[in-house]
Amino acid sequence: MVTNKFDYIRAESVDDAITLMVQHGMDAKLLAGGHSLIPAMKLRLNAPGVLIDIRKIQELRYIKKDGNNLVIGAGATHHDVATSELAHQTYSMLPEAADLIGDQQVRNMGTIGGSLAHADPAADWPGVMIAVGASIHLKGPDGARSVPAEDFFTGFYMTDLRENELLTAISIPLPPEGTRSAYQKFMQPASRFAIVGAAASVTVKGGKIERVKVGINGLADAAFAAGNIEKALLGKAPTEANIDAAVEGTGADAMVMADHFASEAYRLHLAKVYAKRALMAATQ
Amino acid sequence: MTNYIGKAVKRVEDKRFLTGKGRYTDDIVLPGMLYAYIVRSPYAHAKINNLDTSRAEKMDGVVKIYTGKDIAESGINGIPTGWQVNFKNGDTMKEPPHPLLVADKARYMGDGVAVVIAESKEEARDAADEIDVDWEELPAVANAKKATEAGAPLVHDEAPDNICFDWELGNPKEEVDKAMGQAHHVTTLEFTNQRVIPNAMETRSAIGQYEEATGKYTLYTTSQNPHLTRLLLCAFVLGIPEHRVRVVAPDVGGGFGSKIFHYAEEALMIWCSERLKRPVKWTSDRSEAFMTDAHGRDHISKAEMGFDKEGNVLALRVKTHANLGAYLSTFAPCVPTWLHGTLMQGLYVTPKINVDVTGVFTNTVMVDAYRGAGRPEATYLLERLMDTAALEMDMDPAELRFKNFIPPFDGVEQPGYQTQVALQYDSGDYHAVLKRALEMVGYEKFRKEQAEARKEGKLLGIGFSTYIEACGIAPSAVVGALGARAGLYEVGQVRVQPTGKVSVFTGAHSHGQGHETTFAQVVADRLGIPLDDVEIIHGDSDSVAFGMGTYGSRSLAVGGSAIVKSLDKIIEKGAKIAAHKLEASEEDLEFAEGKWTVKGTDKSVGFGDVALTAYVPHDYPEGVEPGLDFSSFYDPANFTYPYGAHVAIVEVDKDTGQTKLKRFIAVDDVGNVINPMIVDGQIHGGLAQGIGQALFEGAMYDEDAQLINGSYMDYTMPRADDLPSFEIDRTVTPCPHNPLGVKGAGEAGCIGSTPAVVNAVMDALKPFGIKKDLEMPLTPERVWRHMQS
Amino acid sequence: MPTKITMTVNGQSVTKEVDARTLLVQFLRDTLQLTGTHVGCDTSNCGACTILVDGNAVKSCTMLAVQADGSEVTTIEGLSQNGEMHPLQEGFREEHGLQCGFCTPGMIMSAVDLLERNPNPSEQEIREGLEGNFCRCTGYHNIVRSIQYAAKKINEPKKAVAS
Repeated sequence: MVTNKFDYIRAESVDDAITLMVQHGMDAKLLAGGHSLIPAMKLRLNAPGVLIDIRKIQELRYIKKDGNNLVIGAGATHHDVATSELAHQTYSMLPEAADLIGDQQVRNMGTIGGSLAHADPAADWPGVMIAVGASIHLKGPDGARSVPAEDFFTGFYMTDLRENELLTAISIPLPPEGTRSAYQKFMQPASRFAIVGAAASVTVKGGKIERVKVGINGLADAAFAAGNIEKALLGKAPTEANIDAAVEGTGADAMVMADHFASEAYRLHLAKVYAKRALMAATQ
Repeated sequence: MTNYIGKAVKRVEDKRFLTGKGRYTDDIVLPGMLYAYIVRSPYAHAKINNLDTSRAEKMDGVVKIYTGKDIAESGINGIPTGWQVNFKNGDTMKEPPHPLLVADKARYMGDGVAVVIAESKEEARDAADEIDVDWEELPAVANAKKATEAGAPLVHDEAPDNICFDWELGNPKEEVDKAMGQAHHVTTLEFTNQRVIPNAMETRSAIGQYEEATGKYTLYTTSQNPHLTRLLLCAFVLGIPEHRVRVVAPDVGGGFGSKIFHYAEEALMIWCSERLKRPVKWTSDRSEAFMTDAHGRDHISKAEMGFDKEGNVLALRVKTHANLGAYLSTFAPCVPTWLHGTLMQGLYVTPKINVDVTGVFTNTVMVDAYRGAGRPEATYLLERLMDTAALEMDMDPAELRFKNFIPPFDGVEQPGYQTQVALQYDSGDYHAVLKRALEMVGYEKFRKEQAEARKEGKLLGIGFSTYIEACGIAPSAVVGALGARAGLYEVGQVRVQPTGKVSVFTGAHSHGQGHETTFAQVVADRLGIPLDDVEIIHGDSDSVAFGMGTYGSRSLAVGGSAIVKSLDKIIEKGAKIAAHKLEASEEDLEFAEGKWTVKGTDKSVGFGDVALTAYVPHDYPEGVEPGLDFSSFYDPANFTYPYGAHVAIVEVDKDTGQTKLKRFIAVDDVGNVINPMIVDGQIHGGLAQGIGQALFEGAMYDEDAQLINGSYMDYTMPRADDLPSFEIDRTVTPCPHNPLGVKGAGEAGCIGSTPAVVNAVMDALKPFGIKKDLEMPLTPERVWRHMQS
Repeated sequence: MPTKITMTVNGQSVTKEVDARTLLVQFLRDTLQLTGTHVGCDTSNCGACTILVDGNAVKSCTMLAVQADGSEVTTIEGLSQNGEMHPLQEGFREEHGLQCGFCTPGMIMSAVDLLERNPNPSEQEIREGLEGNFCRCTGYHNIVRSIQYAAKKINEPKKAVAS
């Protein structure tokens, strides 16, 4: 229950946070909602010397429409997203997925930016972000850049974030007409993280699938886009038979994880079941 | 109104809990208090080659560090066990020492090796990281059966093959083998009743306080059992004078068995406080609790039940390997034997039974009583056999049970039922509970729905369980003959104050059961006074004369009966005083509604008047002592035997193997009921824990005997949305041998529910054909694999 | 390095120096002696430490006291108004929603948040809304009823007050 000793600094702005990160180097960690970091520190699995608190930086906490994008500030809590009408209008699975994260108390504190930066392979947001084709906006001492969600998650708790960079926002292109989405999650019963989560965004035009993207989290060391499904479904009618065929082989190339809740074989099976459920929910 | 028994009186204790004013051990802060942090073994089995505290001693705030070596050198004893079970050949069980901190070798992951005491808990924690232990890891074993095999790592040199004892009960093996040989059908199951972790929401905590000026010791502790803790602490571990030791178990946040036992940390805090002359507090983190609280269950069993052509049970043969953990906890030897083997009769007329149990040491934390303690394991075994046999013989599982039930008996007109396994059941109508449960389910209708659902590819299942338990623990002479090292009576003192208000002291301890309400109902009702005039005091050895604590659904049956005995004495003495005041003879008085009345007249004197007179004895009957205060010991004549029938309805997702519990019906007979609201609550809680074992919970160890799911991130606790609302009812068959006619309700839900759920899942999977048994918890993957195989 | 923080706890402003690593729950329990908020785990799962920070239910074991600087905090001790129990406290008593009482404060504070967001929850919504709180005693059965009781009470049309 007792963390190591550390210094605590509250950053006033994004630039202030970056300056502080540069100043304190590897010994510093950013503290947003703290719902991954603080538990790890209490168990002494993580022991940073400095915490830079970015939770109260107002410029990070918003959900807004900006041109053809929905932009979510990194400091928006899961609860903010879960209750955002704007997010709902853009992709209904955004609030749906938010509502499946942790519990109400966790959603009140945990932030979307924190979750993405932490890149827990079993977290819900990564798969969803891949499925909606989000861009992750990062800012560091050398300026700002953005990375497609699909390329952002590089491995087990690993991302494309560079030293002293801060995740500032996520932008999600507004979907074309006829797009529906769904996130389906098979929960690890104790932690309620995803054993497998499947996020599907499907655009149907004239009875044919014109655009489809499926993000899978939980299954592998990092969330990934299920290219097999996209390839198989493009141009096809959204029928159960087509979906059944398309989900075959989901995760075949992934670094599939295994633990005492779910073996590799079972996870691969669940990936098919849940990809199908998400696709069905987004099309039927 | 003075008519309280049988009413859903709202709880007296709630106000403090609802306003944040409960007082749990960790809430207590004493002047000058120090904080302890215990350094524990990260390995399940390892030698300590060297332990260096020099760096840690120099850390800020550190007052002292004691190690296992210090404990060994102080010459104190280890933690004892309270029960002795001998080998079949009469040899004494193996009882290796259990030191407060180990000096040479750790025997489970979590075994304490050093204690850091500092001015703050932060400083104690920081210093602990600076202690260097040179560990030499040894091979370890967690599985009880494997531990007895040749070449298994030895937990204690003095226990060859890791066997603590072997034990059998029932009819001679040859007789059972013969009966089994004549069976038309034999159902055989081999399974693990998995290890579960109690997880009371309050973790354990202990404060030791030694006052040099008075030579008094006080222990504040999270205990279900403060007096027994004091006895063990004084007489067995530390050798300190019992009359100068006060043990207080204040508000305790749930126990479920895990807080019955005397733990090393309790003695350690007293020992440290005596040396440092300051109070010392230790509070367990949850991660620490997972590793160090005594776990429950963990049996590996082979069970065979033989039937004749009509489905009548002919014989039962059971072989169990019971995991006891690395050391013997307080009741550990008793749980898999006298609380398990004795329940193998169940509700059935089985004529021949033999149960054989081997108690085994492993490199795991101690295993002891967990809600139900032995009885859930016995019930699981019998009820899985029943449903499996019904499936194999193509009979209806409810019919099969009706066919084999012991016929009704009330224990008064008809004698108690003598089992093949040492018990005499008190009273029961076993048909009635199952009949009622079937009505509540709508059994025939359900079977139709199930058939329809199957056509649509949906997997609906129904599972039954009928159980009996031995509660109201226990007649001292009986348990003494069976190896108990203590009596199991209870103490109840009733002190009528001069103003007629009543203080009641009970040796039972409430940690959620609502004694402050239920016991007060009994007292107010008997004395005919308002409930508010009664105060129930428990959990403090300085206030309460003696006691054996709360477990085994014993509080009301044994503790309540002790109070009733004292109430009888109060009323009897009160009558003498009343007779004097009324100038009548005692025989002409009747006591009702709080007053003594001369029969056939309106002349009466009230309880308050009599109380005042007892303390202001100016005009007083000759030869009668002043005062109105009686204490009684109640030693029960027999165990009590609650029973019931539980039914689960589940739906299994055929794509994932995930089980959804859709309905749960429980009909229990716990004898007379004092407070139906509280009894219902006890049943609900027990059900959730039993269902938890069936579907979610289970400690897991890897090859190195490391506990791999020791946190709520990995150990699945049942949550609100995992459970349905429960449908419960009861029948009432009074216990014939205690004054309240009560049998006990604390464990019932936990005993009956587990096999009902597993049976329901097996029934749901029937379309996949009869297969090998499923291991609990029924995780989605296990169920899915069952469907694939 | 101690930091000075100020927050409003149950309506009263408090200013104290704390270590950065002091968890909000420790601050409440150890510094302010508000021991009604409990600690049941160290992994942010059990919810025994739930309190309201700026009106939202949070797990006070997963928040640093310094993070709550400037916030408005409500604990179980601050729930009753003018000596009158909150409808949830009343509901828990009426429906026997507590046994050992240890999870109760956190459970009630979560339920405050739940009813705030959804004044008329269905049984399923209540059960889902409690996913961040463990109870080992009640099987949740009567907790659900307690919250239903409170919802009904809160939603009762306020009795007209004669002018």
